[in-house]
Amino acid sequence: MEQSIEKIGPTIGQSLLENPKMSMRNVDVFYGDKQAIYDVNLDIGKNEVLSMIGPSGCGKSTFLRCLNRMNDTIEGCKVTGSFDLEGKNIYHPKMDVVPLRARVGMVFQKPNPFPKTIYDNVAYGPKIHGLVESKTDLDEIVESSLQKAGLWDEVKDRLDQQGTGLSGGQQQRLCIARTIAISPEVILMDEPCSALDPIATSKIENLITELSENYTIAIVTHSMQQAARVSDRTAYFHLGKLVEVNDTQHLFTNPDHELTEAYITGRFG
Amino acid sequence: MSTIEIDIEKSNESNCTNESEMKKVNTIELVNKNLKKRYRAERRFKAYGLVSICFALLCLVVLFTDIISKGHGAFFQTYIQLELNLDEDVLEVNDIQNMKQLASANYQGVIRQSLRTLFPDAKKRHDKRKLYALVSSGASYQLADQIKAQPALVGTTISVFVLADDDVDTWFKSLDDAKPFIGRMSEKQLVWLESLKKSGSLHKKFNTTFFNNGDSREPELAGIKGAMIGSLFTILVTFLLSFTVGISTAIYLEEYAPKNLFTDFIEVNINNLAAVPSIIFGLLGLAIFIGMFGMQRSIPLLGGVVLSLMTLPTIIISSRAAIKAVPPSIRQAALGMGASKMQVILHHVLPLAMPGMLTGTIIGLAQALGETAPLLMIGMVAFVVDVPGALTDPSTALPVQIFLWADSPERAFVERTSAAIMVLLAFLISMNTVAVFLRKRLERRW
Amino acid sequence: MSSSVLLLVIAMLFVFSYWSGRGKAITSAQHLGGVTTLNSLPFYYGMLAVLWCAIPCLVLVSLWSMFDETVIQQLLVSQLPDNSADMSSGEMTLLLNKVNNIANGITAASGQPVYMQDAANYLLSLRANSHLAMSVIALSLAVCGLSIAWVKINPELRARKQVETVFKLILLLCSCIAILTTVGIVLSVLFESIQFFNKVPVSEFLFGLHWSPQVAIREDQVGGSGAFGAIPLFVGTLLISAIAMIVAVPTGLMSAIYLSEYASKQVRSWVKPLLEILAGIPTVVYGFFAALTVAPLIRDTGDWLNGSWTFELLGLSLQVSSESALAAGLVMGVMIIPFISSLADDVINAVPQSLRDGSLGLGSTHSETIRQVVIPAALPGIVGGVLLAVSRAIGETMIVVMAAGLAANLTANPLESVTTVTVQIVTMLVGDQEFDSAKTLSAFALGLMLFVVTLTLNIYALRVVKKYREQYE
Ligand SMILES: Nc1ncnc2c1ncn2[C@@H]1O[C@H](COP(=O)(O)OP(=O)(O)OP(=O)(O)O)[C@@H](O)[C@H]1O
Ligand SMILES: [Mg+2]
Repeated sequence: MEQSIEKIGPTIGQSLLENPKMSMRNVDVFYGDKQAIYDVNLDIGKNEVLSMIGPSGCGKSTFLRCLNRMNDTIEGCKVTGSFDLEGKNIYHPKMDVVPLRARVGMVFQKPNPFPKTIYDNVAYGPKIHGLVESKTDLDEIVESSLQKAGLWDEVKDRLDQQGTGLSGGQQQRLCIARTIAISPEVILMDEPCSALDPIATSKIENLITELSENYTIAIVTHSMQQAARVSDRTAYFHLGKLVEVNDTQHLFTNPDHELTEAYITGRFG
Repeated sequence: MSTIEIDIEKSNESNCTNESEMKKVNTIELVNKNLKKRYRAERRFKAYGLVSICFALLCLVVLFTDIISKGHGAFFQTYIQLELNLDEDVLEVNDIQNMKQLASANYQGVIRQSLRTLFPDAKKRHDKRKLYALVSSGASYQLADQIKAQPALVGTTISVFVLADDDVDTWFKSLDDAKPFIGRMSEKQLVWLESLKKSGSLHKKFNTTFFNNGDSREPELAGIKGAMIGSLFTILVTFLLSFTVGISTAIYLEEYAPKNLFTDFIEVNINNLAAVPSIIFGLLGLAIFIGMFGMQRSIPLLGGVVLSLMTLPTIIISSRAAIKAVPPSIRQAALGMGASKMQVILHHVLPLAMPGMLTGTIIGLAQALGETAPLLMIGMVAFVVDVPGALTDPSTALPVQIFLWADSPERAFVERTSAAIMVLLAFLISMNTVAVFLRKRLERRW
Repeated sequence: MSSSVLLLVIAMLFVFSYWSGRGKAITSAQHLGGVTTLNSLPFYYGMLAVLWCAIPCLVLVSLWSMFDETVIQQLLVSQLPDNSADMSSGEMTLLLNKVNNIANGITAASGQPVYMQDAANYLLSLRANSHLAMSVIALSLAVCGLSIAWVKINPELRARKQVETVFKLILLLCSCIAILTTVGIVLSVLFESIQFFNKVPVSEFLFGLHWSPQVAIREDQVGGSGAFGAIPLFVGTLLISAIAMIVAVPTGLMSAIYLSEYASKQVRSWVKPLLEILAGIPTVVYGFFAALTVAPLIRDTGDWLNGSWTFELLGLSLQVSSESALAAGLVMGVMIIPFISSLADDVINAVPQSLRDGSLGLGSTHSETIRQVVIPAALPGIVGGVLLAVSRAIGETMIVVMAAGLAANLTANPLESVTTVTVQIVTMLVGDQEFDSAKTLSAFALGLMLFVVTLTLNIYALRVVKKYREQYE
């Protein structure tokens, strides 16, 4: 394994940008003694959709979770390197994770609505952050978030029912609504459609395209079609290394690295 | 696509989303504004948790310190050193070979005589009685044992440590306190004691009586041996019954039982029995085993039966968990080689599940050892002086002995109660340690 | 033959039957071509012989020893002088007790009425005969069983099948003991309770406000007929349990939260065993602590407050009883802390990490996540655990026996002394009791109440917890 990691070489393609929203340099991540990410350098542009693909276990989720320090909750996980959000290092000791996560929201692989009503699920973020002063403001935020998540029409009559009672696709859109209710600047999505059927998936893909007008989005996916459909740029990870980053169309039609080519043509993965 | 193009795109976008950019800036300001308050709440919440844990641990510490500070004294007992003139006339012995005479000799007289010579000022009957009361009523029996072992001592003068009365004992131990214990002792007695102390005749020695005697009305003669043996017998019966029945039930439920209403009913019963108050098991013992089956009251056999019914659920539940943890692959491998079900269980499942079962059993037995209420119901509270020698001898148990002594008014009993508690806790903690150790050592991961 | 010798002989018979059964199987297989021709392994033939030998004999011994005393006492009664026929049942019990005591050597025989000595001797001879008869019959049954097995054993006998069937049956019988125990509990409290309710109406028991069970011992004696209104006991029980829960629920819950959400692994590995020690301390020790340390402390604090100038200024004064409900309740609360904390710990750990991630990912602080997501998600489980704790508090005996009083005061003042259901059961059943008096029977009625209430709480709580577990499995 070490050997093949050596063979990968430096990242090919367009991994660095001018004036990025987030920029990561020399990132290494360890779980205990085991290294999961090797020296990754990557920028994410403003209002860009960046997708991350790669074989299972290559460290996509690990890297994504670093971006809003969700890895802090995992015991034994050590992150080194620099992560800048608009020029500020998010791993700086003085950096506060609470406002950071309000700016960089996250949607998880498995829908995880809270065991509360639909309304409370969406209102949870604004409430804890004290974003609203009145009930009408809150109602407004809930409605607009649900609308943006494309769920409003389906749930407007049953806002007081349990969020856990929705279908899988609806639950995931509820989680997205929950995230955008605090209007973060960046949204991280870890395989948001892996638990969903094609119809729900296409709904969420449309949603991502719409959201990309206002938000910067980083999405991990196993579906190359999905990456091709929704993202501006695509990053290919292999065994914890960032192999290639390129314009989506370029990467899928004319990959620069042989490993990328092997992956997208289905020779492994 | 080049970076420049992206930049152009972005500037276009930022024009049309100016409003939402504004909103985001606003959000961060709001979040930061509340942050201080939220972190204060966070710290407060964490502090509540810490305080709760500290409170629980503090209770533990206070409880142990309280018991130890009250009870450590009981491991020592005050003795009075007396010169005893074993005069044949006073002893009323004329033939030292005659054991019968030696047994019924007037040892008390010898001790009293010695006291009288020490304190000739005690002339009146009343004063004499007070003087004699300094020595325990059990002292003469101890002297008797000594003489019976060495009849040649008769006629000589020996220096003997005689057991002091409990009030003297408590007084002597409390001398360092701000206000020494006086109790029912009179001025005169205190004067005598002071002079005994000055002459160096008062000694504290390790309290062997406490570990060698049964119960007694006199604190200085009371010991926990009877209660400990009673507890031992009771726990033995409990172990034999609950372990065999417990693992049999667990095996049946895990390996044989079909999924039907009857099995469910057994399970519901077990789960509920686990939470039935222990005193109810005492009522069961009283009404069924004594009332219906005519079993004798106050015996360890009955106590063991009742306690085993009480511990059974604990053992069944943990044994089932242990059996469940044996992976099905092992069963399948054995069955595949043509072993019968019973062979699979006896050769593979039981040995692998045994550590878990034993752990559960020890924990259950530790519970049973500390249990009092059901034993009260079946009459194991009787005042029993003799150390029981069989499962069917009337006896008490250690926790019951603690309960009985805690009720006694004498100050010296408080000390002994605490000491008995220390002994009981030592047993329980070592049992639990063994269980934890067993669990750690034999924990197996498949 | 003494019991231990009998048991030894029987045990030796078992060993003998194993080897003879095994040997018979092996020898009978020899002329057929060796052990491999046997239907089952030789072990099973041995076991089959043991079972034939053991089962009838052991069944007889256990049944005999269960019922022999009852029969013997009946015979004894029939043997007593004629004038005893018109004795009241109380006097009869007293007389029988005396005779038993003489026979057991607890009271010296000399100086007792002659007819009693005779009865005691008769009792002893009955016992000896019964024991002898049992030994003889048991041994002959064992030998008979063994011979039957001996005759039956031949190479075609499907010994394994039979042994395994019996094995399974024995296991099944063991499983039924749980049911028998429950039935036994129900019967033991139900029968006596019915007798009690024949003497005292149910409504008076359940709704009466006055409890003083001191019935005259003899019927011709003057004195109160006793009052059996159990409300003061229920109130006392609830008062003490409530104090205990006020102490235990917040402390236990917060400890569990701190341990599972904040504490480092090392702290956890130290604190958890310490809390387990707290849980393992016998209740009699807590009772001692409550009665001798906490109760005096509370009383002294009360006295000190009464003497302090604020109280004098305000004209307040506290009446603290030396057996206050507060002392018992506080200590019981401490006892229940580890119970709640370990249950809550389990439940909190069962809340999936994804929910926490979801909340943390939105930028909530740790405590916000716990308070608004974890606890609400774990609530059913926590409620179940608290209900189990309540049932424990209600059924707790030793702490209240030692630290709460006997006075059946109807009060909600924690500084006064109250009494509880369990205390009354203990006081009425410890020591010598007269059977069939309302006072004794009332203890069983209280036991019935206790059983019904705790059972209901348990069933409900276990169901809540189970539902909760299934939700996240
Ligand atoms: N909590 C953890 N502790 C230890 N190792 C971990 C942990 N989480 C992930 N890993 C390891 O880190 C590596 C990267 O894992 P990661 O979850 O990032 O992969 P992934 O690319 O997201 O895979 P998938 O597509 O299957 O989700 C894997 O080898 C995994 O075993
Ligand atoms: Mg992943």
